[in-house]
Amino acid sequence: MSSDARVPAPPARRTPSLKERLVPALISVVSVTVFFGTIAWLVTSAEQWPRIRFQFFNPDAIMAAFPNVLRGFGINMMVWAIALVAIGVWALILAVFRSLNGPILAPLKVFSIVYIDLLRGIPSLLLVLLFGFGVPALQIPGLPRSSLFWGSVAMVLGYSAYAAEVYRSGMEAVHDGQRAAAKALGLSQWQTLYYAIIPQAVRNVLPALLNLAVALQKDVALLSVIGVRDAVREAQIYTARTFNYSSLIAAAILFLIATIPMARITDYVARKDQERRLQRTV
Amino acid sequence: MSMNRVEISSLTKYYGTNLVLDEVSLAVKEHEVVCLIGASGSGKSTLLRCVNKLVPFDHGDISIDGVSIFSEQFNNNELHKRVGIVFQAYNLFPHINVLNNITLAPRKVHGVGREESEERAMKLLELFGMQGYERSYPEQLSGGQQQRVAIVRALATQPDVLMLDEVTAALDPELIGGVLKVIKDLKTQGMTMLIVTHEMGFARDVADRVCFLEGGRILEEAPPDKLFSAPENPRTHQFLQRIIEAGRL
Ligand SMILES: Nc1ncnc2c1ncn2[C@@H]1O[C@H](COP(=O)(O)OP(=O)(O)OP(=O)(O)O)[C@@H](O)[C@H]1O
Ligand SMILES: [Mg+2]
Repeated sequence: MSSDARVPAPPARRTPSLKERLVPALISVVSVTVFFGTIAWLVTSAEQWPRIRFQFFNPDAIMAAFPNVLRGFGINMMVWAIALVAIGVWALILAVFRSLNGPILAPLKVFSIVYIDLLRGIPSLLLVLLFGFGVPALQIPGLPRSSLFWGSVAMVLGYSAYAAEVYRSGMEAVHDGQRAAAKALGLSQWQTLYYAIIPQAVRNVLPALLNLAVALQKDVALLSVIGVRDAVREAQIYTARTFNYSSLIAAAILFLIATIPMARITDYVARKDQERRLQRTV
Repeated sequence: MSMNRVEISSLTKYYGTNLVLDEVSLAVKEHEVVCLIGASGSGKSTLLRCVNKLVPFDHGDISIDGVSIFSEQFNNNELHKRVGIVFQAYNLFPHINVLNNITLAPRKVHGVGREESEERAMKLLELFGMQGYERSYPEQLSGGQQQRVAIVRALATQPDVLMLDEVTAALDPELIGGVLKVIKDLKTQGMTMLIVTHEMGFARDVADRVCFLEGGRILEEAPPDKLFSAPENPRTHQFLQRIIEAGRL
């Protein structure tokens, strides 16, 4: 209450009349309709439009390709979900290694630094090719030979390098006083990480991690290059058979249906995070 | 003669090439309250941090009840159980509630059961007028309330010595009184305390002895009445003069 008293009272607000509220809304509806209507009219009235529609937006072709593409998309989302969990854990381990102090633990720290440098520097596509084709070709007994498995491993290894850096920034953002307090209470290095630093770090970087999750949601399509029959691969198979690209559009639509809500959730979490930070500094 | 609870002898500490504590010696008896005063940068916080090994130092020794903090008996946990510290910025853990902030160290470091540690925490909270806040999160509390929780957290391991580092410096004036009262109550209960403060009125009230630090050395050490009204060292006099001019005494 006492802090409220210092804030100048906001100017008295009168409720706008129906007309005042309606007119701006109406203007935006009209302008949006006119703008996009014009573009749609220009595109569809172009000489090549019927051919474009037939090749890309052919409802019959989309329907025909859809069952296979959808099944492939199921694989994409399954890989995504499992990889997310694996990345979340492995990246955290890497970040913790990297934060360690003390001569005995130095090898872990060095390992983490080298790992992150290497795997961040290699294109995801190259990793997927190396693991997805390379490891099964070795035919090592006891190891799985599925390219789906090794392709997913490649995604996890590569993305973990990024996620580890995200975690690390979150850990470094935790105030030094927290470490001092933990030490003064007698918590060990591990206990300090586990009870004090990591929970705060994760909370700090949740929006950034979700952004990575959205990127991964699309990047799992890279597995199509090593023969995994995911949505993109299935769409390509259809295209190769019929010379019609509508199946690719079907796959694109499926990815959009998945990524747009994820992006919205990320925005929401980021906004909540922002509010929490503001609240704390006031 | 009672033994010295804390005995700091010839403590020397460098930060890089910067001499921060220069052969500091100081003894605190059981039930005694010693206040450290001095200008910013004189080494007060560093001195406290050396006592519970938050920072390493270069020469000298510190002992608790006659035993060096480097002896085997003081594996880290024992030291941190016997010596508590409270910081200016409270440093409560923001992601766990008040009760868990207080019971974390007793449970995870000292192996006290959940029930026992929570019971003790509730008693302490009540003692310091914080009952009903055990499920609150730090950011839901005022600065003064947070600082009282931080004091309770430091007391939860039943330390023999409590060190307080400018615990009211971050508080709004109207909140300072409540925290200072808590500290006076602790003195009444016989807690041995080493207090860094800029509140000269408070130091005069609560201290058995006041030490004036400058440039990493204790320039003068005397009972508050003497040090505040008739300081012997001209530097002490100067420092107090400046404080009076700033309206803080
Ligand atoms: N982590 C550090 N690294 C390097 N120098 C430091 C560090 N901490 C403190 N110092 C230096 O040590 C000296 C003493 O600092 P200290 O914090 O003990 O002073 P203080 O008396 O507590 O001051 P204040 O009243 O401002 O809290 C200062 O010159 C400071 O710059
Ligand atoms: Mg200080």
